Amino acid sequence: MRIARVIGTTVSTIKDENLTGRKLLILRPTDETGKVNGKPYVAVDTLDAGVGDLVLTAHGSGGRQTNQTKNSPVDAVIMAVIDWLEVAGEEVYRQS
Amino acid sequence: MKIARVIGTTISTVKDEKISGTKLLIVRQSDATGEKSVGDSFVAIDLVDAGQGDLVMTAEGSSARQTYLTKDCPVDAVIIGVLDELEVDGQMVYRQSGIQKETE
Repeated sequence: MRIARVIGTTVSTIKDENLTGRKLLILRPTDETGKVNGKPYVAVDTLDAGVGDLVLTAHGSGGRQTNQTKNSPVDAVIMAVIDWLEVAGEEVYRQS
Repeated sequence: MKIARVIGTTISTVKDEKISGTKLLIVRQSDATGEKSVGDSFVAIDLVDAGQGDLVMTAEGSSARQTYLTKDCPVDAVIIGVLDELEVDGQMVYRQSGIQKETE
């Protein structure tokens, strides 16, 4: 799973019917301390993550293993909101 | 599967109910000696109680769901083993408790 920061949201009225009613957030991958280091992507949010939150996203077929995304053309889903990151015993991030 | 080093851990109370109770460790891929890291960090579900600093083996993609703990879960990376030793070209290049020098 990738650590990523929620940077925004997207609205799409004309879309595949499997996606109706799903929240689509824009994210950027980060390193293990929460520093952004990759290209933006969109993931379905099933946990009400907010802009600025650090989350974990599952990709590929893993993105379809939730009730909201099963049998849907979805390859990325937010499956955890991060409270706290620790690297080599040091706290590097805490959800404010 | 990748050889990877456990570099940290992540705590999240709000998560998909199917993975509640699992340990989410931060890992980074290593080279064949375990000394040099060769890629971005990612998070994997820990199946084998790996600890901070351990060298482990990870499986990714749909294979990550082929375990009792992660079956049908929104997961794409899992730690499937802790590495005790690595031997490359007939040379022992890694041992979990550190390589004893021949002289000792």
